[in-house]
Amino acid sequence: MYKGGRIIASLVVFVAILAFPFFYNLGKANAGPVINVPTGSQCVEPVAYMRANHMQLLNQWRDEYVRQGKTVYVNSQGKSFNINIDTCLQCHYSNSSTTSATAVSHPAVSTTGASNPAVNTTEASNSVVNPSDQFCVTCHNYASVEPTCWSCHNLPEGANQ
Amino acid sequence: MKAFYSFLAVIVLILVAIIGGSIANLHFFFGIIIPYVAFVLFVGGFIYRIIKWGRSPVPYRIPTTCGQQKSLPWIKQAKIENPTSALGVIVRMASEVLLFRSLFRNTKTELREGENGPQLAYGSAKWLWLGSLAFHWSFLIIVIRHLRFFLEPIPVALQMVDSVDSMLQIGLPQIYITDLLFLAAITFLFLRRVCVPRIKYISLPADYFPLLLIFGIAVSGILMRYFDKVDLISVKELALGIATLHPVLPSDIGAIFYVHLFLICCLFVYFPTSKLMHMGGIFMSPTRNMISNNRMVRHINPWNHAVEVHSYAEYEDEFREKMKKAGIPVEKE
Amino acid sequence: MAKYKLPKPGELSSSINYNPPAKDWMDIPVEFKPATYPAAAKEKDLLTVGFPNAHQWTPEDEDWNLPDGWEDTVIKGIEERLSKYRSFKLFMDVCVRCGACADKCHFYIGTGDPKNMPVVRAELLRSVYKRYFTKAGKVLGRLAGARDLDADVLKEWWYYFFQCTECRRCSVFCPYGIDTAELTIMGRELLNLLGLNINWIAGPVAACYSKGNHLGIEPHALKSNIELMIDDIEDITGIRVNPTFNRKGAEILFVTPSGDYMGEPGIYTCMGYLMLFHELGLDYTWSTYASEGGNFGFFTSNDMAKRLNSKIYAEAKRLGVKWILGGECGHMWRVLNQYMDTWNGPADFLEVPVSPITGTRFENAKSTKMVHITEFTADLIKHNKLKLDPTRNDHLRVTFHDSCNPARGMGLFEEPRYVIKSVCNNFFEMPENTIREKTFCCGSGSGLNATENMEERMRGGFPRANAVKYVHDKHGVNMLANICAVDRAAFPALMDYWVPGVGVTGTHELVANALVMTGEKERTTNLRGEDLPGKEGNE
Repeated sequence: MYKGGRIIASLVVFVAILAFPFFYNLGKANAGPVINVPTGSQCVEPVAYMRANHMQLLNQWRDEYVRQGKTVYVNSQGKSFNINIDTCLQCHYSNSSTTSATAVSHPAVSTTGASNPAVNTTEASNSVVNPSDQFCVTCHNYASVEPTCWSCHNLPEGANQ
Repeated sequence: MKAFYSFLAVIVLILVAIIGGSIANLHFFFGIIIPYVAFVLFVGGFIYRIIKWGRSPVPYRIPTTCGQQKSLPWIKQAKIENPTSALGVIVRMASEVLLFRSLFRNTKTELREGENGPQLAYGSAKWLWLGSLAFHWSFLIIVIRHLRFFLEPIPVALQMVDSVDSMLQIGLPQIYITDLLFLAAITFLFLRRVCVPRIKYISLPADYFPLLLIFGIAVSGILMRYFDKVDLISVKELALGIATLHPVLPSDIGAIFYVHLFLICCLFVYFPTSKLMHMGGIFMSPTRNMISNNRMVRHINPWNHAVEVHSYAEYEDEFREKMKKAGIPVEKE
Repeated sequence: MAKYKLPKPGELSSSINYNPPAKDWMDIPVEFKPATYPAAAKEKDLLTVGFPNAHQWTPEDEDWNLPDGWEDTVIKGIEERLSKYRSFKLFMDVCVRCGACADKCHFYIGTGDPKNMPVVRAELLRSVYKRYFTKAGKVLGRLAGARDLDADVLKEWWYYFFQCTECRRCSVFCPYGIDTAELTIMGRELLNLLGLNINWIAGPVAACYSKGNHLGIEPHALKSNIELMIDDIEDITGIRVNPTFNRKGAEILFVTPSGDYMGEPGIYTCMGYLMLFHELGLDYTWSTYASEGGNFGFFTSNDMAKRLNSKIYAEAKRLGVKWILGGECGHMWRVLNQYMDTWNGPADFLEVPVSPITGTRFENAKSTKMVHITEFTADLIKHNKLKLDPTRNDHLRVTFHDSCNPARGMGLFEEPRYVIKSVCNNFFEMPENTIREKTFCCGSGSGLNATENMEERMRGGFPRANAVKYVHDKHGVNMLANICAVDRAAFPALMDYWVPGVGVTGTHELVANALVMTGEKERTTNLRGEDLPGKEGNE
């Protein structure tokens, strides 16, 4: 092969780039974020809907609360909820230890109560390894989605971004 | 008609994917088996094609010289367009691969009415260059962005790419600039094949098919992100499962995801068999990747065989008398 | 065949239509239109060089008398070439049909025939490649752009591969550097396997092989041709130059295209060399054996090109010269620059060229040991070694045509310009998109300079002529300078047709006219015997 060395070397580099994800993840377990919520709790909308559309709902709540003065959200089953982040935090930010909660396959959060629900105290750490990871951030870090909440809202005292 | 066949082919692929996505029993096949097979075929096929090209030698050094040669010291050489050093070639190749240098030269030939019949005029024609550049760069950035599904933890650089790409902060989820560019560019590239008569004339089904396939991939991706949303966490679990070689099959990813994934797999499999191999081919193009030092360094042709020549001795034998008569010196009197 | 009459320029350019036909090109059989194709090669010429399947035929024949099993020969020929040339294999595979090349070909611009778009010219061959060498083509056939090889396809190849001048302009614009010249070379090699060449190539090839130059000038005739020029030089300058032939021990072997030995305006360029070398007192010799710098073998097959080219090094070795100086020629320099050393080198019996006048070492030619005459002359002028009187060219308003091959196969742009600007006061460039690496072919290169294909030549030369017309109208340009023997042979007809009033000259004719030679008498005419400016009516 003419200039075969160069061709082979280039192919090795090419394959190495393609195989990068395999090497990067070598030996790591594939575990998604584990999120704990109290047993028997019921989210404002069905879980599947919330996973896909929670951001829209939060936007809707913001608009209804701030601009229209509505304080109550009636969900698809006709059940009413207070429009307030606390509604979410009742389940997703509990001080109770993880033992009292049921592990849900993923979304939601287990808490230790010391940190802000949306902020990861340890930068971009693995949610599985670090149980202090919270509600929003657990999944958002996992999927590399940066919520824009904190570009306006102040972080609670003592929290790091 | 050619475009229609390609369109039909892509529709069939989408239907197959929808079936695969809607029947839970097929999820393992469509979500795990096919991606692995496609990846292996892509990598294997790509290597095979490159090696196949590589097995043919480059008998002659034939760079297309697009600038002043290196000759006398006081004449300024075009060190990139007519490179005599490896560095020059690297810069030349980089400008071809990254900036589409040659396409940037594009002109448009027109006949304009003159006094004695039509005359020629050449205008600038940068749209193809711009469209291709937007297409390829968006595609690359989109592929890089997708690494977030395959890496855990996600490298900071990747997060930065993501946040730059979504810096317009329009919509929720935020719109990616590259998504818009990509759609616009691919639409442009497709439309020119359909609308410009000359381009339409030279286009084959093999030209429409990859465009439509990639269009399908882009649209399914965009639908999935902005409209028929899927659970990203499940998607990442699937992707990461593949990348850790411990595949898992999350239960509830929407059918649209399977369409997206299946079309990508089709592209992967199709890639090495098609003109898309220009991705690897451009690096091997002898008119671009060779050092233009022809008269300075001898190029070796590995199959340079002996040929029959008409030797001087034979020549003199044939013309000796005439040469002598004309006073031209000869070897044998 | 009815007597053909070339249409008027306006009619011809009005007939160009860039709207593609309704039918797909594969469904349009090749049509041998009058005056658009050269005559077939003669059997005897092919036999002279031992080409296979030499036979008598004409393109108009329904049956080309192809040998039995010719399809097999062609397919095997493709297979062999795919394994020998990466360029061929790669260029068959990577084209994306983006269309950037489509309107860059002078033959397409001048004819509007879609099969003259470089992309389609390549598809003519690629469609067969796909059918026999790719799975997609074997399975999908037409849908993959593949087609069977049959006699009509072969005729189409012949028509269109002898309607490409291998000028490489398309390869400048191609994002992958696909060079149609490479494909035309392959296509012509395949056609030559079946004895399908053209007369205007096969004739010169045979002549060059047996007699040393394309024109078939025998040694004694070559000498007498040059002696006639010597007489003319003496008449004009009063100086008798004294060149030598086949002289052993000369420092330099001079090789120029045989187009310079015969016919106007080529001979004036040749006289230019003679005068320049005499004035310098250069220790050089002509050769009658290697009396051809050009290489029409290059337009048949690489092997044939190598066979013809071998004479240059062989003669340099026999005569014991130190290095080789090459005259003004286009494809000659593509071959010398990019092929000669590989074919017939290493030239280790020669020395790195050093100008005996200025002492400049031509490092850029340290391996081939062959220097282009404009490199040599530019160096002389730069070092003030020539006494020049550019006012002798003041009646000329000059533009320069970059020949395709020195432009895109070498990069020789500034040297000839520097020389011309030093010997002419009125120099004007043609528009930017038509010069240097984007230069347009004369339309007659690569062996297509015959008379029977005159309409095609006028069409192919239209873009070049159009650019000349632009500077003719704008700046009153009346002389088209070049560094190519085919240009000198082809342009007079092209200029007369499209831009009457523009003459054609080699660069060294301009040099010789401006050159003030030691001891010359007061010149009243230029080399063409025309009155010099300010000397009108002196005779």
